[in-house]
Amino acid sequence: MSDAPLDTLIGKPWKRPPFVKRAWLRYTLLGGFFLYLVAAYMTIDVNWSRVYEGLERGKKFVLAFTSPDFTTRARDIQSGMIESIVMTVAASVVGIAISIPIALGAARNVAPLPVYLICRAIIAVSRALQEIIVAILLVAIFGFGPLAGFLTLSFATIGFLSKLLAEDIESMDRTQAEAIKASGARWTQWINYGVQPQVMPRLIGLSIYRVDINFRESAILGLVGAGGIGATLNTSFDRYEYDTAAAILLIIIAIVMALEYISGIVRARVQ
Amino acid sequence: MLRLNKLTKTYKTGDQALMAVTLEIPEGQVLALIGPSGAGKSTLIRCINRLVEPTSGTVHLGDVELTGLSSGALRRERRRMGMIFQEYALVERLTVMENVLSGRLGYVGFWRSFLRRFPQSDVDEAFRLLDRVGLAHMADKRADELSGGQRQRVGICRALIQNPALLLVDEPTASLDPKTSRQIMRLICELCRERGLAAIINIHDVALAQMFVQRVIGLRAGAMEFDGPPDGLTPDVLTTIYGAEDWEATIANVDDDEDEGTAA
Repeated sequence: MSDAPLDTLIGKPWKRPPFVKRAWLRYTLLGGFFLYLVAAYMTIDVNWSRVYEGLERGKKFVLAFTSPDFTTRARDIQSGMIESIVMTVAASVVGIAISIPIALGAARNVAPLPVYLICRAIIAVSRALQEIIVAILLVAIFGFGPLAGFLTLSFATIGFLSKLLAEDIESMDRTQAEAIKASGARWTQWINYGVQPQVMPRLIGLSIYRVDINFRESAILGLVGAGGIGATLNTSFDRYEYDTAAAILLIIIAIVMALEYISGIVRARVQ
Repeated sequence: MLRLNKLTKTYKTGDQALMAVTLEIPEGQVLALIGPSGAGKSTLIRCINRLVEPTSGTVHLGDVELTGLSSGALRRERRRMGMIFQEYALVERLTVMENVLSGRLGYVGFWRSFLRRFPQSDVDEAFRLLDRVGLAHMADKRADELSGGQRQRVGICRALIQNPALLLVDEPTASLDPKTSRQIMRLICELCRERGLAAIINIHDVALAQMFVQRVIGLRAGAMEFDGPPDGLTPDVLTTIYGAEDWEATIANVDDDEDEGTAA
């Protein structure tokens, strides 16, 4: 049947062919990687007496969670929270609205090559620039405050959502979309009937997840002056008011958990 | 009614899927296209409505030449060609009704279709067709809740609501059990007769094809090897199309078609 006579195969153990065929190369790669790891860990240099001092401060911080102070800075916390939520909602809506057409453009099976390249470039730029860097730039342009934060989060949403949605569009079932095209539908109708129903659960799931991320990011952006609860949090750290900081962190955790819970319910329903 | 002249398709990979196929189909004729996997059956019917762009040759539907049409004109002509798919190709997350109405997309504007506000006449026709195939009570179910045979019947409704002159049918029974396969084939052929439609049906099952159609085309490696009535499919002919095998058991006895009424 095959070219190798059966006799030479019987009685021999069988092993899965290795990923790297040449044995010397395989072991050199493995050994080299291991050496690099050892060398890398040796460059981390720990100042143990500083760690010992720091432990005390760390303990204070952790203990603050047992007595969070919601009241002393209640007004600051409230206004910071409201600002954060406004930033999150506004940035998510704008970001998602812009992401959808870009995602369509970045899906090779939907868009022609020039559009595809432009949209992929936009996504690449948005993903390459980390939120904090964008925020610093935008604060420099628009000044301190939530406008810079709102723009930063919108911009970051585009990179995240467009990329993942485009990948979902590219892996959709072609024949369902083909059937709509065969009926003489125009392009917009084809998207609406052939593509949208297939990617809707993913779009909703990603959107809720992005709202969640935007909210958490809004707590960080305050550190560089882009508004939101982060500014309040930063101030309380500067004043060593760990109990107020703990209160803020607990509120953030509660909101993120609530969003997580809601997203679970919504995703189960749209499947 | 449909005329293919030297229709050729060469894929970018260099594979010759179709080699100068010339074919004429008169009004109302139901034709089966048989041949081994990879013979170009699917490519042939997709080149007619240009889901696949033919490399050369012409396609005339009535008086209109299809291969040179602009995209707008092509959309208008696609309305006259209903297509029925292998594995049904229903949009699974849409309702049965939306799937049927999607056959009208070529006739209504974007906003109407976006808001699902189809003209009353379209909705009425959709219910009439669903009732004809016995699925009127399923209109609001999601397509993925249906069984295979039911889905294919929805697929048939979607093609017919276009009010086509021609049906392009790609392996309609590929994933159905033998009984459902016969019901679906019978239904397609009955509907073609009722409406005077011409149809090209790609089909693997030679016996099933012989049972229902008036004419058979045999395709092998992109070239036509046979064109004739179903009883012209002798073992010799099948050997030229598919290669050597014992064909006696495959060729249908005419009395094999037990009467199931119009159960489909």
